[in-house]
Amino acid sequence: MRQLEGVVRMKVSMTVNGQPQEHDVEPRLLLVDYIRRVVGLTGTNVGCDTSSCGACTVLVDGESVKSCTMLAAQARDRRITTIEGLATGDGLHPVQAAFQQHHGLQCGFCTPGMVLAAVSLISENKDLTEDDVRLGLEGNLCRCTGYHNIVKAVLAAASAGVPA
Amino acid sequence: MTIAEDRTRVVGTPLPRREDPALLTGEGKYTDDIVVPGELHLAIVRSPYAHARITSVDVSAARALPGIVAAYSGADLQGEWGGPMPCAWVVTPDMKNPPHYPLAIGTVNHVGDPVAVVVGEDPYGVKDAAEAVVVEYEPLDPVVDLEDALSDRVLVHADLGTNRAYTWELTPEPDKVDRAFAEAAHVVRERYVQQRLLPSPMEPRAYLAVPQPIGGEITIYSATQIPHFVKIFAALILGIPETKVRVIAPNVGGGFGAKLEVYGEEFLCIALARKLGRPVRWTEERSETATAMIQGRAQIQDIELAADAEGRVTAVRAELIADMGGYMMLITPGIPLLGAFLYHGVYDVAAYSFKCTGVFTTKTPTDAYRGAGRPEATYAIERAIDALAREVGVDPAEIRRRNFIRSDQFPYNSPAGLVFDSGDYHAALDKALALAGYDGLRAEQQRRRETKDRSQIGIGLSSYVEMCGLAPSRVLASLNYVGGGWESSTVRVLPTGKVQVVTGTSPHGQGHETCWSMIVADELGMSTDDIEVLHGDTQIAPHGLDSYGSRSLAVGGTAVFLATQKVIAKARTIAAHQLEAAEEDLQFEGGAFSVRGTPTKSMPLAAVAFEAFTAHNLPDGMEPTLEATSTWDPPNFVFPFGTHVAVVEVDTDIGDVKLRSYTAVDDCGNQVNPLIVEGQVHGGVVQGIAQALFEEAVYDSDGNLVTATLADYLVPSAAEFPSFTLGHTVTPSPTNPMGVKGIGEAGTIASTPAVINAVVDALAPYGVRDIAMPASPWRVWKAIQEGGRQ
Repeated sequence: MRQLEGVVRMKVSMTVNGQPQEHDVEPRLLLVDYIRRVVGLTGTNVGCDTSSCGACTVLVDGESVKSCTMLAAQARDRRITTIEGLATGDGLHPVQAAFQQHHGLQCGFCTPGMVLAAVSLISENKDLTEDDVRLGLEGNLCRCTGYHNIVKAVLAAASAGVPA
Repeated sequence: MTIAEDRTRVVGTPLPRREDPALLTGEGKYTDDIVVPGELHLAIVRSPYAHARITSVDVSAARALPGIVAAYSGADLQGEWGGPMPCAWVVTPDMKNPPHYPLAIGTVNHVGDPVAVVVGEDPYGVKDAAEAVVVEYEPLDPVVDLEDALSDRVLVHADLGTNRAYTWELTPEPDKVDRAFAEAAHVVRERYVQQRLLPSPMEPRAYLAVPQPIGGEITIYSATQIPHFVKIFAALILGIPETKVRVIAPNVGGGFGAKLEVYGEEFLCIALARKLGRPVRWTEERSETATAMIQGRAQIQDIELAADAEGRVTAVRAELIADMGGYMMLITPGIPLLGAFLYHGVYDVAAYSFKCTGVFTTKTPTDAYRGAGRPEATYAIERAIDALAREVGVDPAEIRRRNFIRSDQFPYNSPAGLVFDSGDYHAALDKALALAGYDGLRAEQQRRRETKDRSQIGIGLSSYVEMCGLAPSRVLASLNYVGGGWESSTVRVLPTGKVQVVTGTSPHGQGHETCWSMIVADELGMSTDDIEVLHGDTQIAPHGLDSYGSRSLAVGGTAVFLATQKVIAKARTIAAHQLEAAEEDLQFEGGAFSVRGTPTKSMPLAAVAFEAFTAHNLPDGMEPTLEATSTWDPPNFVFPFGTHVAVVEVDTDIGDVKLRSYTAVDDCGNQVNPLIVEGQVHGGVVQGIAQALFEEAVYDSDGNLVTATLADYLVPSAAEFPSFTLGHTVTPSPTNPMGVKGIGEAGTIASTPAVINAVVDALAPYGVRDIAMPASPWRVWKAIQEGGRQ
C-alpha cells in the first residue's frame, strides 16, 4: 500500500506463516487488509463488512479468528497462520485434502476461511459429531455447497486424526 | 492386455476436482488478488434516497484530499458513454426502457444508485474522500409496492407517463382456457408472493482495468460470469475497437446469475483507466453488493387451476406482476419469460394461459437469480397442485400421479408450445417417496396430530421440470433476445501428445476444467492428467457465450465432445495414410488407431499428433496440426426433472420451523461427474430452502433496503440444515450426443415449494392454507394463532 503524507502510522510486528513481519501501518488498518495488501498473501478473502461471513478467517496463535474483526495493530507479537501456511509438506494438509476428496468446495471463495475454521474446530474437539461441526462452522457462510459436503469433509478429517 | 485396454471410462465416476488444490491453498487468484503496479482505487458515492432529483454534486473537497487523483459527477463523465447501459432482451416492441448510465444523471431511482466517483492511490483513502463528496437531492416520492406502482399514482420515470414496462402474454387458445374453467368441477385460485432476494455470491463484485496507453489496448479482470458479453458491450458502449479489449474472468467466487450482468461500475473502471492512463480497481463492500448488485424474484403471482371431479387439471391460468426495479439491466425484462412456459409444471394440461406485466419501482433492478423465472413458476404450480389436492381430498402424491405427463408421451408437446425432450416423472416420484419413507412419515404425522403434540410434522412434495441448456438461437430470436445460444470449443493435440481444450463457457465454481477433461479423456483414450482446459480469457477463448441457465454441459460440453470427434476424424485420415490402410478399416481404441484384424499395425494418437505437427508426411492437401473447433447450437432446451420431499418439524408454541430431513431425486440425464452433480443439488437445494425459510430483501415504505448487510439478511449457515438424502434416475436427453441435461439450478427450482408445502401441511390442523415467505417463526406463530381462531 502506498504511504500518504500526513497520515499517522504505527509499527506492527508479528509472524505470518512463520515469517517475521514488521511494517509501519495506519492504526486503522484491519488485519485482513494487512495480510492481503501489506504482506501480500491474497488467499485470505473478504466477503462482507460486518464480520458475518467468515471468509477472512485465519489462525491467531492456533485459534480461528475473523481477520476483519482485528486491527493489524492488535496482532502485535502474535502468530498468524493463513491458508498459504497451512500445509507444511509438499501436499495438502489433511483438512484441505478432505475438502477435495469430498467436494467440500465449489467457487472456493469461502474455502480458506472454512478450512481454517475447521482446523481450529478439530483441534478443540477430538470427538466431533455432525451437530458439533454444523454449530462450530456457523460463523462461516458458503453459498455454493449447501454445507453437506463441507460437513462430510470435516467429519472425515476429524476421524482420521488431523495433527493440530 | 495393455494398460490402454484396461482403463475404464472416467465419465460417470466421482472424480475429485482438479480445480481444488489451487483454491484450497490460496494459490488461486480472484480479481481482487491480482495486483498490478501503479493501480488506482475507485470508490462510488451512492444515493441514500430511493427516488430523488440530483440538484448538485460537488466533488471539490474530495478532490483536494491527499492521494486523490480525480473525482467526477455523472455529468462530468457523460461524454465517456457511447450509449446507455445495455438491455439485451426487449421483450415486446413497445417495452419501456428508460436509459441509465454508470453514474446517474438528473434523478436517482433506487438506494445505492451511483452518483459520483472518486479515484485515488489508497483503498481506505478513496472511501474517506467519497464521504467528502457533497450531493444535494430533492427527494421524490418512492414507489415500493407493486400494485401501487401499477396504479401510476407516483411515476418512477415521469417522462414515460406510466410505471408499466410491458405486458407479455402467451395464450395459444383462449377459448379453450375459458371453456375449461366454465366446465371445471374444481377451481383453485391462489395468490403467491415471491419476495425479493439478494443473490449474495460470497465474492462481491470486483473489477480491475489495466490500460496500455500507447496502443489503446485495455485488459479487464472481472468477477463476471460473462467475459465475452462484457467484451462486446465494453466495445459498444465505450467506443473501443473490440480488437483492443481483452476480458479475463479469473477465479470467480460464485455468481448465481448476479454476475450474468454488465455493470456500470465495470465501465467506470475501464473509462477512468483510459482517461487517467493508469490501472483502476474497484472492489465493492458487501453493503454495496446489497443495494447495487441485481436482486432476484420479486413477483406477485396469481394462478388458477381448473380440474375435473377426480382432480385432473384441465387448464392453468397464471398472471404475474414482476418488479423490474428502477431500470432494465441486461436481461431484467426476460426473467419472467424463462418461467412463462412452465406454469403447468410436470402435468399434462390441455389449456394454458400466461400473462406477465413488468413494472418499475424505486428499488434495485432485478435480473437473473439462480433458476431465473423457473423457481417462481415451479413454486406457483407446486403450491397450487397441493391446494387442489386439499380441494379434491386426495393425498399430494396421488394428485401428482393423476396429472403427470406419462413417460410414453415424450417427446411431449406442451400446451405452452415447448417440446419436452424426455422424462419419467412417476419413477422419480416413486423413488423419492421410497427414500423419504413417505408412508411412515404420514403415519407419524397422524399420531402427532391425534396426540396434539406441540411439535407437528409436515411433509412437502415438489415435482418439477425445468427448461435449461440455454438455448436454441432461433428460439431466443422468437423471444426477442438479441444474442444467440450456441457454445464453442476447440480441442488441440499438442506436439508432445498432450491435449489443450479451449471452452467458451466461463465457470465460477462448477468444475468445468474437471468435467471437460473427463469428456475428452474418454473420447481420446487418455488420462485426464494429460488434458488441460482453458477458459475465461477472451484472448484464449475468443468465441463463447459463457455460463448461466444451466447451459454449460448441455451446450458447452457438447461442443467439447463434438470438437473431439472432429479431431479423431482428422487423426483417422492421417493414421490411415501413415499405416497405408483404408480409413474404414481403422479402429480407434485406447488412444490408438489400429488396423482391424492386424493389431500389430497401430499408431497412437500422440504419434499422429506429432506427424500433424511436423507435416512431413500428411495426405496431399491436408493442413498441418491436429486441432478442431466445434460450435454447437442446440436444437432444443433440455428438461431435467425430479421430485423432492421436505420434512419439517414445527414447534407450534413458538412457530419455529426445523428442517428435519430433505430427500431429492433428480434426473439430469447421463451424469459426467456424480460428485459434481450432487454438489450442485446440495447447493441449489439450500438456496431454495433459504427463500422458503430465511431470506428476504426487506424495503421500508421509503424504499430503503433495511437488510443491506449479512448481519441483517439471513444467508443461512450449516447449523440450519441436516444432511440430505439424494437419489437419481437417468433419462438421457435425445437432443444432444451425450444425453445430458443441466443440474445447476434444479435444486433451487424444486426446494422452495417442497419446504413451504411441508410447513403448510404441518399447519393444516390449524386451518392454515398459506404462509408468506420466508416462513419465519413470527409468521408461523401468527398463522397458527389466526388459524386457530377460525
